[in-house]
Amino acid sequence: MGKQYETVIGLEVHVELATKTKIFCGCSTAFGAAPNAHTCPVCTGMPGSLPVLNKQVVEYAVAVGLATDCDITRVCKFDRKNYFYPDNPQNYQISQLYLPICRNGHVDIKTADGTKSVGIHEIHMEEDAGKLIHDEWEDCSLVDYNRSGVPLIEIVSEPDMRSADEVIAYLEKLRLIIQYLGASDCKLQEGSMRADVNLSVREVGAEKFGTRTEMKNLNSFRAIARAIEGERARQIELLESGQEVIQETRRWDDTKECSYAMRSKEDAQDYRYFPDPDLVPVHINEEWIEQIKAAQPEFRDEKMARYKAEYELPDYDIDILTESKHMADIFEQTVAICGQPKKVSNWLMVETMRLLKEQEMEPEDIRFAPENLAKLIALVEAKEINGTVAKEVFEKIFDENIDPEKYVEENGLKTVNDEGALRKTVEEVIAANPQSVEDYQNGKEKAIGFLVGQTMKAMKGKADPGMVNQLLRELL
Amino acid sequence: MANIISDETIEYVGILAKLELSDKEKEQAKKDMGSMLDYIDKLGELDTEGVEPMSHVFPVENVFREDVVTNGDEREAVLGNAPAKKDGMFAVPRTFEG
Repeated sequence: MGKQYETVIGLEVHVELATKTKIFCGCSTAFGAAPNAHTCPVCTGMPGSLPVLNKQVVEYAVAVGLATDCDITRVCKFDRKNYFYPDNPQNYQISQLYLPICRNGHVDIKTADGTKSVGIHEIHMEEDAGKLIHDEWEDCSLVDYNRSGVPLIEIVSEPDMRSADEVIAYLEKLRLIIQYLGASDCKLQEGSMRADVNLSVREVGAEKFGTRTEMKNLNSFRAIARAIEGERARQIELLESGQEVIQETRRWDDTKECSYAMRSKEDAQDYRYFPDPDLVPVHINEEWIEQIKAAQPEFRDEKMARYKAEYELPDYDIDILTESKHMADIFEQTVAICGQPKKVSNWLMVETMRLLKEQEMEPEDIRFAPENLAKLIALVEAKEINGTVAKEVFEKIFDENIDPEKYVEENGLKTVNDEGALRKTVEEVIAANPQSVEDYQNGKEKAIGFLVGQTMKAMKGKADPGMVNQLLRELL
Repeated sequence: MANIISDETIEYVGILAKLELSDKEKEQAKKDMGSMLDYIDKLGELDTEGVEPMSHVFPVENVFREDVVTNGDEREAVLGNAPAKKDGMFAVPRTFEG
């Protein structure tokens, strides 16, 4: 009988903070600018330049620390992590090793066996590196320093997770907390949230941890789950065949579904950390922490209670709507315009969730304007369009953020409420389908459904099905 | 000299600092590093019980910037000293992904 193995996983999660400027200089952090348009002597590592800490970075880091039950380090400092790589213009990264801003926290996750607490070892502040582009034509790499100096927090968990499901639950919980705080949009695909997975295996019941590897380049929840399964299997296979796991950093290739070792011994991992003499210590007193606490936005639990009291929504709706801060924002903005909470909720819970799933998108990717959803609801309310057309129009809103009023007008999708025109079509349908008419008259209720369908088809979907049904019954 | 730097150590430090030293330079560096460590040992004789480690010479704390964009597009100047550039970016010897 084979040995039973347990997977032990700890995570290092990097989150890009939602500040307007970089961590140590007044360059913009806006995404999508021309290469190196957001750079200056500080973030390109020019000799003699002086970094000055962005206060908002400290406040976001403290807010995340408080929300994850961390102790806030009252005197914290920055250290230099030394290594050579072209994306790192100073030849060191400013980070925190000795006195990170937050320590000893935890988040609670839901697992199949109930609630589990995942420990947070520490949270530290640091700067992001630039971006390397590998030139296709010439034997060189090109460097864009727009991202150099963008503020990050790195959240280091304890090795408390035991499966891919727990890892995903932990990441989703972290993302929710940080999004509600407004500290980051946490998009895995765009890299504003990045997770490195430290994983080892050991025989069930063993006290000691096995040798761990660190897996990088994981940019979706699915990639993370696959990488965990793949690395667990690779390590077990090594152990079963009498070999050893080597402690190393591996890069996950999600298309090939396998990983390979990243660094050779040529670049030894010896970072020679030392305190950064350019930056002065940060003292965080009780008063400042209280101010940060007072400025915190509404958390999910508070929002859920408010939705129940203010909008009288079912718990099921509230659960889905508040699962993403962005979704909740769209909900509130739409309700503020049209005043129909349940209708707005239905469009978001049913159609929006369906389209997100079909297109493999996250709620954060929703791009339509609340005004357009509010207009659509008003069109349905006024019986200007029927339910089927409304769904069609909503897909357009979801995909292209169109103005539904204009779209309905331009495409002639308005419901025909003119009874004369409708009656004429119904009469034609009755004349053309004698068999169904006979069936109906012989008591086959179903036949009327067919006739309604034929009428809707003849009307190109632009009729009110209720009205068609009523007319049919009347004429038969 | 109490601290003797081995050939392996000087080789390793050379790799970390990306320095290629001649044999003569290596010998000199070994001597210099040895005497520096001797000096640090001397400092180690001091009783520092209850003294906070110092990371900054001035008693200054909490120097911050507000989160306001103050820098414009300085691409020209930033790229001005680049030994090689292409498409508005710094061109460097090819690196492998990782």
